[in-house]
This record gives sequence, structure tokens and C-alpha cells, in this order.
Amino acid sequence: MRITQGTFSFLPDLTDAEIRAQIQYALAQGWAISVEFTDDPHPRNCFWEMWGNPMFDLKDAAAAMQEVLACRKAHAGIYVRVNAFDATQGFETTRLSFIVNRPKNEPGFALARQEADGRNIRYTIESYAAKAPEGRRYE
Amino acid sequence: MQNQADRYKSGVMPYAKMGYWDADYVPKDTDVIAVFRISPQDGVDPIEAAAAVAGESSTATWTVVWTDRLTACESYRAKAYCVDPVPGSPGQYFSYIAYDLDLFEEGSIANLTASIIGNVFGFKPLKALRLEDMRIPVAYLKTFQGPPTGIVVERERLDKFGRPLLGATTKPKLGLSGKNYGRVVYEALKGGLDFVKDDENINSQPFMHWRDRFLYCMEAVNKASAATGEIKGHYLNVTAGTMEDMYERAEFAKQLGSCIVMIDLVIGYTAIQSMSKWARRNDMLLHLHRAGHSTYTRQKTHGVSFRVITKWMRMAGVDHIHAGTIVGKLEGDPNIIKGIYSCCRDSFTKKNLEQGIFFDQDWAGLRKIMPVASGGIHAGQMHQLISYLGEDVVLQFGGGTIGHPMGIQAGATANRVALEVMIKARNEGRDIWNEGPQILAEAAKWCSPLNAALQTWKDVTFNYASTDTADFVPTPTAA
Repeated sequence: MRITQGTFSFLPDLTDAEIRAQIQYALAQGWAISVEFTDDPHPRNCFWEMWGNPMFDLKDAAAAMQEVLACRKAHAGIYVRVNAFDATQGFETTRLSFIVNRPKNEPGFALARQEADGRNIRYTIESYAAKAPEGRRYE
Repeated sequence: MQNQADRYKSGVMPYAKMGYWDADYVPKDTDVIAVFRISPQDGVDPIEAAAAVAGESSTATWTVVWTDRLTACESYRAKAYCVDPVPGSPGQYFSYIAYDLDLFEEGSIANLTASIIGNVFGFKPLKALRLEDMRIPVAYLKTFQGPPTGIVVERERLDKFGRPLLGATTKPKLGLSGKNYGRVVYEALKGGLDFVKDDENINSQPFMHWRDRFLYCMEAVNKASAATGEIKGHYLNVTAGTMEDMYERAEFAKQLGSCIVMIDLVIGYTAIQSMSKWARRNDMLLHLHRAGHSTYTRQKTHGVSFRVITKWMRMAGVDHIHAGTIVGKLEGDPNIIKGIYSCCRDSFTKKNLEQGIFFDQDWAGLRKIMPVASGGIHAGQMHQLISYLGEDVVLQFGGGTIGHPMGIQAGATANRVALEVMIKARNEGRDIWNEGPQILAEAAKWCSPLNAALQTWKDVTFNYASTDTADFVPTPTAA
């Protein structure tokens, strides 16, 4: 399967030039770029690991791209995403977030169903990969 | 003003003379202001007509009553303070009326509307009356909860940023069994939509009891979520005959793990506010389908404009509201729709007569409503939809998903690819308004579902003149 989180997951993987163009757009809006990575892509895992702090003072797409490439090199086999953060009052939230690196094989998720009272079913989504300890999930 | 003895002499007196017209009045920051379009009967003076509206929507009755003198009646009287002819529409006037804050109960749309639209719309001296816009003072806004979730928190909960959300309404809207209904939901969500939606009149009918629908839909939602790694949702319509039934349905939706429930506008303002409080208490998104609104919003001369309904709904507190598509099958002039979207999403809405916005409106930190564009739209219009509506919007392609020649999943994928490719192009600086069709055609080369969607619906447009249009500019209709 292909995890389709992020703004552009239905498109072919973005090239470096395309990633840079999106970063350029975000910087032009006044947003701060950050890079995050994880080997636990559960849909409700909202806290991926931070590749340093958001780069609030950085205005140069080429420099941001260096961080993307460095993170991708260090975490070649797992998920890496680029976020753009808008600190404007009334937003103060992520405005753009897209995956820029993913494992070769994405085993996906099992849906566990626990039959409860009546016809109720309690659903749990479990990542096949995350059954292994952190750091050994996509070897 | 005449002396008090003359003023309170028994008998009938023009409203303008009773104190409901004051050309020198300067509205206070705490006043509620309404602007009405009035069409006086032939021979009725527009100023007297405006004063009558002010009177009948505040303290007046048809004759003088001495009991006014037991009250601070001068401040409780609404004051018409300005009457302007409507450009290009002889016999119609915009009349501005200010209401003192003490006329209204805190946190009650029912109370606000019982005054403003309670009595006056049947008033004989007027041929017709339309509430065009309102300025709600910050002092009053702060007594309302507002949307239980709001755009920012909705996106953070769903983990979806940078693009419009995608939805579809299950079709046919009536007749499917619970199991067949859930099938449509699963296919559409797995194919790439974020949400699927019950239609306004799906409640609990012989062919599908509500519990059946909820159970099968949540199977579909969870299964699609596991298949894609994304958070998915289905607006479970909890509209019912009583509040007790609605609470029961909403509680069941929560128990099943749904992230969103839905209500119809026809349940009424108080029921909406009750469901809003329930949604805030239970971490639930609240979707509002504006069922019934066109009976009073569409015609320009009589009723209540939808921008006013939108303002009331932001105060009452809903997270989603159907707000027009411009390009789809339902009424929607581009300028008017933009004004309505502003009322949903702005922190501060600037006066903009071309868009039907008569006042500056500070929203006082009230959370923002995600507008929903639904009705006769398809993937081939993606560049127009994004250009007109921006990215904080739910684009709902019902027929445009389910009617796809290669199946529902393919229909959903076509919409999602069209959306992502258009956002990507926009961000890259391309002129999507003009290059949109070419951008879609390029993507259709590697995405056969998109190609099929474009072939199927390439010539579909709903190019009719709008009825609810701005009075201050020529009004084009979108192709």
C-alpha cells in the first residue's frame, strides 16, 4: 500500500526541484519550514520526531532544502515530511505538510475488530511495521 | 421631539414621529445593526416604512401606549437612521436600523431573531422586506460559544493541511440499505476522499434504520482509514423529530468512534445551539446542511440573505456550512458567494458592498466555519473551484465521484489527483485560472481515472443567471 497522508501523496513522488518549489511558496507566505521523520506512520501519530526546530528565521529555500536532504540521508528508509507553519493570529498552525521520503515497502495497517455488546464493534488500527521496536521497523 | 404629553396622547401616530426614526443617530459600538431592503406599498413614505420596521422589530405596537413611560423607552426603541435607494431598483430602499444591546438575551439566536425577523415580515404597509446584513457587536458575539471545533482544530485533528478537503454525498440519497450504503462510503473514502456525507433527508426510514446506517458507515470509515493510513470520516446525520432522539443518535455516533456528526438547518436555531454545545463537550465536528434555506434566502426582495444566516450559524456554532459553489448546479453569484465565505472564515470581515457585506465585522476570536461547496461540481472545474473558493473549504463531488464510469474508487481518485495537482501547480506559481484545463490534461496522461472523469463531464456547466446578486456591480455568472 501507499500511505496517503500529506498534501501531495496522490501524485508521483516529488523531485528535489518540486520540493524546493513548494518550500519557496511557503517561505513567500511568511511561513516557517520544519522537517520531521518517523517510523510510526499511524494516522493518529501527530507527533513525528523533529529534525531540529522550525526554521523561523530562515528565508532561503536552498538552505531549507539542505535540511530536507540531510534528514532524508540520515533517515533514508523511513518517512520524512516537510511542514510549513503559520504563526499569524487566527491560524497559528501548520498550513502545508507533505511527505518527501518513504520506505521502499509500506506494509500498511491491520484493522482489529473487537466485537462488543449488541452489534457494536470497537475498531483499532495497527501498523504492521510498528510491531517491531522503534528504529528497527523498516529494515 | 414633541413634548411628552403630546407624544403619549392616546391614538395612532406615524412610527417616525414615535421615535423610531432619527437621522442624526450615530450607532454605538455595542449596538446591533441591521440593514433591510424595504419595498413600501405605493404611496408609503420610505422613511415611515423604515421607522415602522424599526418599531415593529423592537418596542412598538400600532398605537400609542402610555405604559412606554414606565420604561427607559428611548433607549429600547430601535432607531432607523439611514434610508438609501437601492441602485437600479426603483421602489426599493436599504434602511439601516440600530438596536440597543440590552434588547437581546446573551447567547440566544432564538431571542435575537425573534426581534429582528419575528414580526415585521408580514407588515401590511410593506410589499416585501429582506434582511440583507447585520453588524453584530463584539460585546454580543462574546456571549456565544461559536463553532465547537473550527477550521484550525479540524485540520489538526484530521492531520490534513494545505489543500481543500474532499467529500461526497452518498447517492441515491434515499433507498439504499445500510450495507449497500456503507459500500458506497468505503469505496469513496478508500479512493481518496476525506469525508462522505449523509444527505439532508436521510434520517431513519423504512429502507434503512439509523443504527444500521451508523454501524455500516463506521465499518467503512475504519476500513478505509486502515487501507490508506489517513483519518477519514462520514457525516452521520443525527437530525430527528425530537432533541432526545438527536442526542441518542449523536451519543451512538460517538460510541462508534465517529469524528463528525451532522444536522439540518430545519431543526431550528435552538436545536442547533444545543447540538453545538453537545459537540464541544464531546470533541465532535458538527456539520450543518442548510436544508430549506432557499425558501427565504434566494429572492432578492423578500426574506433573509444567506450571509445573515451564515453569521447566525457562526454564532450558534457549527463547524461546516454549505455555502455555495459558484460553478455548480445551485444558486450562486460569484461576488455574493465570496461575501458568504468571508463571513465563515475571516477574523475580521471588511465592508464590501460588491460582495453584499454592508459593515465591518470584528469576529472577536470566534472560531471559523469550514464552508462546504456541494452540488453539481466535478474534477474538470478544479482550477475554478480553487480560484474562487480558496483552500479552507470542503469540495463535495457526489455525482462526480459515484457516477464515474470506472467506479466509485476511481471517481474519488480522479478528484483527489485533480485537487493535488492543481494545488501543487498553484504553489509553483502557475496561473491555474487559465492553465487549469492544461494542468488537468497533463495529469490525465498518467491518471486514467482522471482522464475518464474529464471525458465524461467535460461539457457539463450550469450557466444560468443568478437571482441573489449584488446591487452595486454588474454580476457575471461563472461558466
